[in-house]
Amino acid sequence: MALLEVRDLHTSFFTDAGEVRAVNGISFNLDRGKVLGIVGESGSGKSVTAYSIMQILASTGKIVSGSIKYDGQELVGADEKTMKNIRGNKISIIFQDPMTSLNPTYTIGKQLMEAILLHTNRNKQEAWDRAVEMLRLVNVNSPEKRMKQYPFEFSGGMRQRVMIAMALACEPDILIADEPTTALDVTIQAGILELMKDIQKEMGMAIIMITHDLGVVAQLCDEVVVMYAGSICEQGTADEIFYNPCHEYTKGLLRSIPTAGNDGQKLEPISGTPIDLLNMPKGCAFAPRCDAAMKICIRESCQRFTINDQHMAACWMNVKKAAEQK
Amino acid sequence: MSNQSNNGEPLIRVSHLKQYFPINTGFFQTKPLKAVDDISFDIMEGETLGLVGESGCGKTTAGRTILHLYKPTGGEVIYRGQPVRTKKDIEDFRKKATMVFQDPYSSLDPRMTVADIIGEPLDVQNLYKTKEERRERILELMDHVGLNSEHAARYAHEFSGGQRQRVGIARALAVNPDFIVCDEPVSALDVSIQAQVINMFDQLQDELGLTYLFIAHDLLVVRHISDRIAVMYLGHVVELAGASEIYERPLHPYTRALISAVPVPDPVRARANQRIPMTGEIPSPLNAPSGCPFHTRCPYAKDSCKEGIPELREIEKGRFVACHRIEEIG
Repeated sequence: MALLEVRDLHTSFFTDAGEVRAVNGISFNLDRGKVLGIVGESGSGKSVTAYSIMQILASTGKIVSGSIKYDGQELVGADEKTMKNIRGNKISIIFQDPMTSLNPTYTIGKQLMEAILLHTNRNKQEAWDRAVEMLRLVNVNSPEKRMKQYPFEFSGGMRQRVMIAMALACEPDILIADEPTTALDVTIQAGILELMKDIQKEMGMAIIMITHDLGVVAQLCDEVVVMYAGSICEQGTADEIFYNPCHEYTKGLLRSIPTAGNDGQKLEPISGTPIDLLNMPKGCAFAPRCDAAMKICIRESCQRFTINDQHMAACWMNVKKAAEQK
Repeated sequence: MSNQSNNGEPLIRVSHLKQYFPINTGFFQTKPLKAVDDISFDIMEGETLGLVGESGCGKTTAGRTILHLYKPTGGEVIYRGQPVRTKKDIEDFRKKATMVFQDPYSSLDPRMTVADIIGEPLDVQNLYKTKEERRERILELMDHVGLNSEHAARYAHEFSGGQRQRVGIARALAVNPDFIVCDEPVSALDVSIQAQVINMFDQLQDELGLTYLFIAHDLLVVRHISDRIAVMYLGHVVELAGASEIYERPLHPYTRALISAVPVPDPVRARANQRIPMTGEIPSPLNAPSGCPFHTRCPYAKDSCKEGIPELREIEKGRFVACHRIEEIG
């Protein structure tokens, strides 16, 4: 049994302009000790997926249907008490912006201890020791001194380290990282990614890495889910996704990033503009921007198509190819 | 004094440019924050010079000071052989040198239509005689950047990020400049849109013979678009060389660490990549270290590095490095 099983999850936001289907029937598994990358552009539903798992959606957002099972336990429809026990304790999340995720009026130590005191039976002194230990784990220098400092005394990279320490203080099984390094410089980013990898190996937890940066995915992830307009268009091991992409959107993404290989050549961008979730096309959501779109793509969206046991894509091109081979 | 091999006169010569901001440190006491500290380079006509570095290294300030949006504390900018000094010089220079900003959301006035945003530089510089002429020029500019002319009467909030950045580029092109400072023009955009805008920069350069100073922190993007790249650290240029040379074989210890930290979108190469770690954090420019600005974090630093700021010197043809010990570390 997988540690986390998401099945046919639908999450919508009910706005004045109508229902926005941010997540539109996605399914995936996360195994113990694995790193799963969720890639996509703004509005693809990758963050909403994470917030749905944690059930920390904005007040207009709601899980419409589907199932999220953590270690066999159903989370959709679970009461707040159950979720409080899950959040921070079993599944933790870190956000993109370490500047706004910390409370500027409390010391780092107080904020770190809060999580520990809430979720464990430790007393204040033990919680303090644990917090210091966690700061040391994420390579914050002179942790005892740092405990008494306020967030403004920390640099961006250091704040993100504090956030990671806070998220890991209760030894969760799953860490969800929502664009954890997007606001940071590359050298700081490299340090944070290495730290996450090391801690993951040490503590054996699973990570869901949400990012738009394919470089980060290549570096960290075992498996990858590519999302577009609230749906999963392709899913597989990192090597399969990078070296054998089978969805036109993934292919387009890989072609449009500058690499050493296409130096001096023109990039091949994906044409058109990002999708408007209030006006979703009938067929494949990517069809209006897809150069290879066929008639059926506009009429009907494609179901998951198995490429091999490590790889699946929802693109009619694969169905066509398979039919031709027959 | 110029620090590159050049054939012919550069379009822009930046010479010992300095930008210090006074910071209040106490009661009537100020201290200079050396955002840009003595940088010099040439930009040739039709070239794209990439300017990279991490936050706080002074790259944005450098771009703005070159355009004289900030009055330089020292040094000067020479445009086509003419130093930009007086108020008149600056006004003339601004007809030829413009800027594209990072954030397409805050750099466009939400109360102006797209046509008025693009037309504003034309109004300021008196570049038309009749209303009709103004209108035609605006539509021509919109066409250049791939915007539909029907959108002229719309407001910025009706557009996506990529389209807004096109509006910003059309505005920068309005006065017919030959030099554009592009300050992180694609970093706020999604990957698939980024490529569209990068290609447009390339295409406009070919069509209009533009020269760019392309400021960005995304090294893969900078490498793609630039002919040469200058790397900044704490207000100094530490290395300057051809775009692929600097990427394939970085020489300055800081550049080596920086390039090795770039995540490569290729799992096999990413797994093989050995990162060169840097110790510590970037020092505050208010308390910049003495001597070589990088010596506090450099794995090769010796006591001698604490004395004297290393000069940017040509150690191979077209390769400039500011490091005391570059010959020894090889």
